[in-house]
Amino acid sequence: MSPHTEPTLTAGRPVLEVEGMRIERTDIGAPIVTSLDLQLAAGESIGIVGESGSGKSMSAKALIGLLPEGVVASGTARFDGQNLLGLSERQWRSIRGRQIGMIMQDPFTMLNPVMRCGRILEESLLPERRLSRAERRAEAIRRLAEVGITDESVVERYPFQLSGGMRQRVAIAAALARDPKVLIADEPSTALDVVTQREVLALIKRIQAARGMALILITHDLRVAFATCDRIQVLYAGSLVETGRADDVRERPLHPYTQGLLLSEPPADRRVRQLVAIPGSVPSAADVQDRCSFSSRCRWAEDACRDGVPALAEVGEDRHSRCIRLPEIGAEMAALLSKSEERAVVPAEGRSDGALIDIVNIEKVFESGGRTVTAVDDVSISVREGESVGIVGESGSGKTTIARMLVGLESPSGGEIVIDGIPVRSWSALTPRDRRKLRQTVQTVFQDPYSSLNPMRTIGWALKEAITTHDRGGGNVEGRVAELLESVGLSASYAQRRPSSLSGGERQRVAIARALAVEPRVLICDEPVSALDMSVQAQILNLLQEVRTERGISCLFITHDLSIVRQASEYLYVMHHGKVVESGPTESVLDNPSVEYTAQLLNSVPRPDGQWLVTGDADEMAATRG
Amino acid sequence: MTGRAILLMIGKRLVALVVLVAILSFLVFSLVHIAPGTAVDAYLGGKPATPELVQLLTERYHLDEPFFTQYWLWLKDALVFDFGESTLTTLPVTDEIGIRLGPSAFLAVYAYVLTVLLGVVPGIIAALRQRKLLDRGLVAGAVVALSTPPFVMGILLLYLFAVLVPIFPAAGRGEGFFDQLWHLTLPALALALCVAAFLLRHTRASMINVLDQDYIMFARARGLSWGHVLFRYAFRNALIPVVTVSGALLAFFFAGAVFVEATFSLGGIGELLVQSAQSSDMPMIQALAILIAVLIVLANLLADLAYVAIDPRIRFEGRSA
Repeated sequence: MSPHTEPTLTAGRPVLEVEGMRIERTDIGAPIVTSLDLQLAAGESIGIVGESGSGKSMSAKALIGLLPEGVVASGTARFDGQNLLGLSERQWRSIRGRQIGMIMQDPFTMLNPVMRCGRILEESLLPERRLSRAERRAEAIRRLAEVGITDESVVERYPFQLSGGMRQRVAIAAALARDPKVLIADEPSTALDVVTQREVLALIKRIQAARGMALILITHDLRVAFATCDRIQVLYAGSLVETGRADDVRERPLHPYTQGLLLSEPPADRRVRQLVAIPGSVPSAADVQDRCSFSSRCRWAEDACRDGVPALAEVGEDRHSRCIRLPEIGAEMAALLSKSEERAVVPAEGRSDGALIDIVNIEKVFESGGRTVTAVDDVSISVREGESVGIVGESGSGKTTIARMLVGLESPSGGEIVIDGIPVRSWSALTPRDRRKLRQTVQTVFQDPYSSLNPMRTIGWALKEAITTHDRGGGNVEGRVAELLESVGLSASYAQRRPSSLSGGERQRVAIARALAVEPRVLICDEPVSALDMSVQAQILNLLQEVRTERGISCLFITHDLSIVRQASEYLYVMHHGKVVESGPTESVLDNPSVEYTAQLLNSVPRPDGQWLVTGDADEMAATRG
Repeated sequence: MTGRAILLMIGKRLVALVVLVAILSFLVFSLVHIAPGTAVDAYLGGKPATPELVQLLTERYHLDEPFFTQYWLWLKDALVFDFGESTLTTLPVTDEIGIRLGPSAFLAVYAYVLTVLLGVVPGIIAALRQRKLLDRGLVAGAVVALSTPPFVMGILLLYLFAVLVPIFPAAGRGEGFFDQLWHLTLPALALALCVAAFLLRHTRASMINVLDQDYIMFARARGLSWGHVLFRYAFRNALIPVVTVSGALLAFFFAGAVFVEATFSLGGIGELLVQSAQSSDMPMIQALAILIAVLIVLANLLADLAYVAIDPRIRFEGRSA
């Protein structure tokens, strides 16, 4: 059943009505959410979509009365005849868990690490139900079955003995133990692998339908929201910019931000010429409380947009937008949207000859607690001159271990790595000259731009260091720093700044500039955009593409995201459990996967249609996988 | 099946203890020969070297035997707690230590209990009242206690509670449990306060960290009561790092109470250690060094066992899926 079948018919009386909710920090009086309205009917699902800093998680915490110290919510949130935002801690206790439940993002930190899963479920049951020990245990097992865990031994296990997907299932069962009418799911699938993500979301949808429970799904991923929810509310820098029915918003976004988000998402089914990125990064709610929150990044912004906060105006049936220029720019927006559908010219198949990186039958075995784990098992990969090669796989597939071996952070247990003609199986056995040459050939961009830059030093210092360690000749170092910054789209004045004053996207630009400082011939990018907001991801992907074509360097692009690898690579290796299960030109592998696993991965990539979660027995499959 | 793993761990530790003591005993025994002068001089401990005495010592400690034979004979005696006679008092070393062991152990355990009470409880309270007045007061108090050396604290306590308001005795160790408790309260406090301040800060930091964890919020979001969350979630997780550090403290209190023992004229192990070092009382030094080493290893073993009991992740290490 598609979630979009006339929500107005299934929608019963409203269970939760939020009006003008404002969340602010009391110490400095800065708003986190300036205004949020929401009407949730029984059995309905609403998606609150926003990037980091939009205030979506704070809104969730406000609605379950768990705002951190120093943060208060005002306005009204009417539930069962009372205003939630004015409740005392004692009154909250009869709401939390029983009326409104919540699950959070990270299944690895959400469960008490020193408690067995059975105990976690038992303690979550209603305290006034006086059950014997055996009855409680039976109830816990029944609850696990509801979330698709049929293995009864799970009650005896500790959370750390379970996979992420299993933990999230246990958490869902615990959150639902007191049978709440409303479930708030705050990024419930973000920390999970694609396949597990789909299973968990499908599970939430199934339980929601079975229980007739209302759902507030909080996510940064529009596609996930479209596939899961009846209605969508787009939150940007603390205020709603657009609301509407999911299919309606998907087909016809009526706010430039929503449209920008849609365009920033790399499509999984085709390669586009260039992603349409939103410039800049998300401002804080406090900085934009006197204007349209998106005006600083909007291509259509005018003075009128910066003159007071536009109202959330009704622009259609069950449809609101905060854009005051909508009547003027509507046609232009629609044109841009259809233009983005154009496919890019598919790069010619066939690879060049010169292999810059040649990994031959490589193997890596880890010893841990008396057990041996084969992280990489007989893998051969080659990166040719000027080519972008993608490695895609879920966590634990061994893709990052390969990157670490390439730059000498791990030594392979077997096989051979040849980089630019130099065998580098063991970095410690290399001559200083070879090592130097290799560092100049291969450079890396890491996932987390927050921890890969020294917080004590300026950006200029970091770049200078990178330049001078490889080229002691000196020359105009300052000039080169400015040049590097400009090549990644930052002004030369960034050299004076420290990492803490930069946004995630800016930091990742600096990290790329640092990698380019030695003019490498291969760039290893290990999940370079997965820590970034969706609107910033596209910028960085475009930048990498630009850098590559301008400088003619090769790229080894490691990611879990099939849509990204589609845009960023020409040749693809699919990894699973330490082995390469499929390889070939990216387009043909993704269009016609020849292996079951690749097909399953492809099928798991979020699609904005309701069919994505209609999967039949995906849950049962996962449950038996353990 | 986890029981077997724990027994294995204890077994491994005990083997390590034996190896450690064997190495240490050798080093400690060698001291006699490394010390300036001959081995006889070392055992004379400054007494005039009459031929009779020299002969007696040579026989007593087998000094005419080869080095390794001497060591072997010494070790055999040491295994039955015969470390020879103190060169200072000429009484058997074991007896000397035996007299002082009881009060020292009493003091150490007493100070340990006080440390845990005065460190963990206010540490938790401070974390729960984070950035409030009470928290700031406790943290400030901890800084003062942390920067006051135990003997200064001892003198201060003596002045306050034995002279100004004489509710506790100023010296001596007392007889019987309650009398000892009464006598040793001030020394134990003097010893405990500094370390308790350290433990307070450690507990506070750990507790604050745990209160900030997702699982606390998730527990509250499920409607669990605050008390339940506090006891079953926060305390247990916050005390894991506290337990690990507190294990080493017991051994420290045992051997490190020198200044406090001197301040309150208790005559404990610490005092004995200083005394024997000053007068180069070789047999005493040897026995004390081994005793303290064994205590440190055992205290750490206890701490590790507590760690295993409190944190299942250690129990299943390397076996989780």
